[in-house]
Amino acid sequence: MNLLFQLLVNGLIVGALYGVVAMSFVLIYKASRIVNFAQGEFLLIGAWACWWLLTHWQLPFYIGFPITLAFMMIFGVVLQVVVLRPMIGEPIISVIMVTIGLSIFFQALMKWMFGVFAKPFPPIFASPTMNVLGLDVQTVYVVSLVISILIMAGFGWFFKFSRMGLAMRATAFDQQVAQSLGISVRQVFAMSWAISAMVSAVAGVVVGVVNGVSSALSFFGIKVFPAVILGGLDSVVGAVVGGLIVGLLENMAHYVDSQWLNFGNMYEIAPFYVLIAILMVKPYGLFGTKDIERV
Amino acid sequence: MNAPPVTGGTDTPIFEARDVSLRFGGVRALTDVSFSIRKGELFSIIGPNGAGKTSMVNCISGRYRPTDGKVFFKGQDVTPMAPNQRAALGIGRTFQNLALFGHMTVLDNIMVGRHNQLKNNFLTGALYWFTGARKEELAHRREVEEIIDFLEIQHVRKATAGTLSYGLRKRVELARAVALKPDLILLDEPMAGMNLEEKEDMARYIVDLNEEWGMTVVMIEHDMGVVMDISHRVIVLDFGRKIAEGKPEEVLADPRVRSAYLGEDDVEVAPAAPQQEVA
Repeated sequence: MNLLFQLLVNGLIVGALYGVVAMSFVLIYKASRIVNFAQGEFLLIGAWACWWLLTHWQLPFYIGFPITLAFMMIFGVVLQVVVLRPMIGEPIISVIMVTIGLSIFFQALMKWMFGVFAKPFPPIFASPTMNVLGLDVQTVYVVSLVISILIMAGFGWFFKFSRMGLAMRATAFDQQVAQSLGISVRQVFAMSWAISAMVSAVAGVVVGVVNGVSSALSFFGIKVFPAVILGGLDSVVGAVVGGLIVGLLENMAHYVDSQWLNFGNMYEIAPFYVLIAILMVKPYGLFGTKDIERV
Repeated sequence: MNAPPVTGGTDTPIFEARDVSLRFGGVRALTDVSFSIRKGELFSIIGPNGAGKTSMVNCISGRYRPTDGKVFFKGQDVTPMAPNQRAALGIGRTFQNLALFGHMTVLDNIMVGRHNQLKNNFLTGALYWFTGARKEELAHRREVEEIIDFLEIQHVRKATAGTLSYGLRKRVELARAVALKPDLILLDEPMAGMNLEEKEDMARYIVDLNEEWGMTVVMIEHDMGVVMDISHRVIVLDFGRKIAEGKPEEVLADPRVRSAYLGEDDVEVAPAAPQQEVA
């Protein structure tokens, strides 16, 4: 029974991380309708950048981490301006192809720069695990859960109340109309990539601290797909719920499998089965926008 | 033309088009169109279908950049500016085909229009989450309520825009453009597809916008009755060329205008019947 609880808590925490990455994925999709296949590489780059600052420059975490975030923000803007801005007006499928290209490119670049082996983060917290309700949980997971919740609340506020959030929603609906209302579409796109890269990097650093930094991190980008599609591609709330569901499902499936079924590898596959089942019932995802149409 | 007009409009031009031409490949949408709009005027652009009216409005709003010629707004050359920059200078518009943000509430639609009036940008907004940005938004909410009252859409303010009736959506779209507080507002067929009552309401809003809110209005409209009733001045486009400009009754009496609308083989038309819907 203890194992089950342990897995549930793990699922919740990893699910929250999925939710955060899913949100940054949704952010780009909402603003520009681009499905960003390089999302996983954002985690990877963020984690490597932070690792490099902490090991090579011996910076303490509380300095290295903000620098990483600032770097990722600039990275997002530059990526958008240099690579994606010239693609404005091209068919969306071409843009998606470009993001696949980016994904391959950055994977290779990171391997070339930092090698192919997982490298551990220097210890950040005084004790690596802490006791929550009688369960041993990695300290970084607890911290990440808190950060995740903060980021989620921030996103919610951002889209609901901030001027930029409203501008993003408007741009997502109709770029030309948004322009006629004085919204700089270029600025909105650059901003969405910047925030997305930054938030993904947070998740990248957290996972890196737990498992060590390696190319495996970019699989997170793939794992996030069921979460995003489950929630409905363009819903921030859906992304969070989708992330939590996928996180819990993985661990539950693992538990069921290890106790009774012994199929093996259910951890990886179960979320996709459930994804298919849910999409059969709700094709727009759990929270996705249905097209309103008056005839 | 030298005498100041009886109603509306001062002598200072707020907008000027100089020899504007617009070509799409071999298609000439506009050819050497020049005119100026006076501050405070209610100005209509009319012409048969495909005459280039919407192209002209798009050149004003910045959606299209003229192939040749220049456009001036408040004395400033705005030809190279993007639509959002022109909106920031004070040019607002509505669209021929409804272009509301269908999934947002009416209120949010209008708040997007206020976007430019908000002084907090993303960074200051993020830094002063609990102070400036929030307070500022409340002040803007008050102004938005004023616009909502003016256009009589109180009862639908929380409704999702996409679910409203056509006439209401047109009004919400107008509200959104008004929220920008533009000095020059471009209305592309504000009354298309409306019934008589809705048209009368819309005409009243437009006149009020012009007279009470002090906005210079540029309108494209096919309903000649409305155009003749409320416009101060009219220009007529045909095949991308300006064929007439002046007070509504003068323009309507122009033989070239009548041949443009009714065909070359000009049959006798009673000049006393301007109130019909042409086109």
